[in-house]
Amino acid sequence: MDTVVYVARRLFYGLMLMFFVVVLNFVLIRLAPGDPAEVIAGEMGGTTQEILADIRATYGLDKPVATQLAIYLGQVAHGDLGKSFFFDQPVARLIGTRIGATILLVLTAQFLSILIGVVMGVFAARKPNGVVSALVAVFSTLGYALPVFWTGIMLIIVFASWLPIFPVEGMRSARLEGGGFVHVLDVLHHLVLPAVTLAIIFLAQYARLARTSMIEVLGADYIRTARAKGVPERRVVFHHALRNAVLPILTVAGLQFGNLISGALLVETVFNWPGMGTLAFDSILRRDYPTVMGILIIGAAMVVVANILTDLGYRLADPRIRTEGGRR
Amino acid sequence: MSELSRSAPERAASPAAEAWRMFRRNRPAMLGTAIFLSMLGVVIYGSLFGGDPFEIVWAPQTPPGEDGFVFGTDYLGRSLATGLLVGGAPTMAVGAAAAVLSIFIGVTIGALAGYYGGWVDNLLMRITEFFQVLPALLFAMVLVTLFSPSLVTISTAIGVVMWPQTARLTRAEFLKIRELEYVTAARAIGAGNGRIMWRVILPNALPPLIVSATLTVGVAILFEAGLSFLGLGDPNTMSWGMMIGANREYILDAWWPVTFPGLAIFLTVFSVSLIGDGLNDAFNPKLRER
Repeated sequence: MDTVVYVARRLFYGLMLMFFVVVLNFVLIRLAPGDPAEVIAGEMGGTTQEILADIRATYGLDKPVATQLAIYLGQVAHGDLGKSFFFDQPVARLIGTRIGATILLVLTAQFLSILIGVVMGVFAARKPNGVVSALVAVFSTLGYALPVFWTGIMLIIVFASWLPIFPVEGMRSARLEGGGFVHVLDVLHHLVLPAVTLAIIFLAQYARLARTSMIEVLGADYIRTARAKGVPERRVVFHHALRNAVLPILTVAGLQFGNLISGALLVETVFNWPGMGTLAFDSILRRDYPTVMGILIIGAAMVVVANILTDLGYRLADPRIRTEGGRR
Repeated sequence: MSELSRSAPERAASPAAEAWRMFRRNRPAMLGTAIFLSMLGVVIYGSLFGGDPFEIVWAPQTPPGEDGFVFGTDYLGRSLATGLLVGGAPTMAVGAAAAVLSIFIGVTIGALAGYYGGWVDNLLMRITEFFQVLPALLFAMVLVTLFSPSLVTISTAIGVVMWPQTARLTRAEFLKIRELEYVTAARAIGAGNGRIMWRVILPNALPPLIVSATLTVGVAILFEAGLSFLGLGDPNTMSWGMMIGANREYILDAWWPVTFPGLAIFLTVFSVSLIGDGLNDAFNPKLRER
């Protein structure tokens, strides 16, 4: 299948998914006990009749449900995610100021966990009964069982309190002199602990997967052929085998994106990282539903985009899929 | 049981007995079972005789071991030992209930999709993908806040966000098994769709499903802990996650009020995971060579 057609289909399908996410949001607000206008305004107290009337007018709450849904979909399609009555700001702008920090955290953690996981997996695969293999096995059980928010707190206690190497929380130091580069270093310094915390849970899965997949690939005929031809072992492992072994890791990496965002939510709360997770936490405690729902929509959109990018990456990494033209 | 299975030769051990024999010889799995049963015992004892975990009993932040408090006290002066004893019950109960719900939904959807194929499969898998797009924890948070936190809503919310993986696994198993000869044979003797699905295919799909169900329990426990940590648990029930959340502002002054409840969660999930791995090995002896 032509790549352009493929991308167009994937985008269309992604838009369909997003349509249903928005519909789900709409349904949830209506299912919640109480007057939708009051649900949207939040349960902060001090909600005036004017605010409620304003909400009823904006969302058309006096009109039939179908019209309400159409109004809501229209708003979201125009990038209007509603207004946060607690923060007194449009939700889209609120999220806009936070989304960068979350993307930075999530991508760094994803990169770290895949990189270290694959390296560990490759070393483990070369000696399936060796020390590294045993370590990978232990690690993957630990990674599955560690509550991510607790891991973060433990890292703070050890590496920010007992050994004050890293900052306790936040993303930037309050007062910092110097040029742009100093600021970049400062953010990176703040990024280490949250990113490592988030990477630990996923690292284990990638290591395990890389190990299994490498062992499988290293047993294949073309590897034996490469060795028989006298290709150096390093080249066999890293050039011939690894390229095929990373394919299942790519698939899983794409599927993990939703979990990664869920994990980031907890990690951000622990480290007071100024991203969408802390925003979600603050707005949920304040019953600020427009913000919470906006974050759910944007979070889902991030997963959809990540899935499309993963599929494209898969097509680039595995030419067979392009020529066969089949969908996985 | 039918006449056929009763007259089967006695010499062959049943698959279940064989799996149990392998499981028993697996040391990590037996360690996991031991840890899990001890935690369960502590939780049951705690919910019967644990006392009131909200009661302020001593000076705040008493270090562990001092003044007769084995685990110390938290930032309000509540006994951590009592909290640890009592706080496991909601975590384990919600974990179990959520896992049961998610397995029920997942197996039903996966079985229907895998068995019928065609447009049913297409529709159900689209729904599954839709749920996989929603960040699970965020979605669970929204559900819990919209419908006010109680053990029932929390279990439901976690169950509703966790099922897609079970559905995919069940579907894959059903797709594989429905082509096998004994399914054709069952159909030939006139078994209906329902009977084939639940009495013929499902029992044969069980081994991987049991392993995945075990791991689902672990994930559900972590979910409950995460929600309680964020303060979205039932506010009237003490839980391990809630203890961590309540004390996290004070971690730089006192490490113990967050460390011990976290260890309890970790040990519980760790033991579940060891059991899951053991079951996996027991059901797939071939995999052990890897």
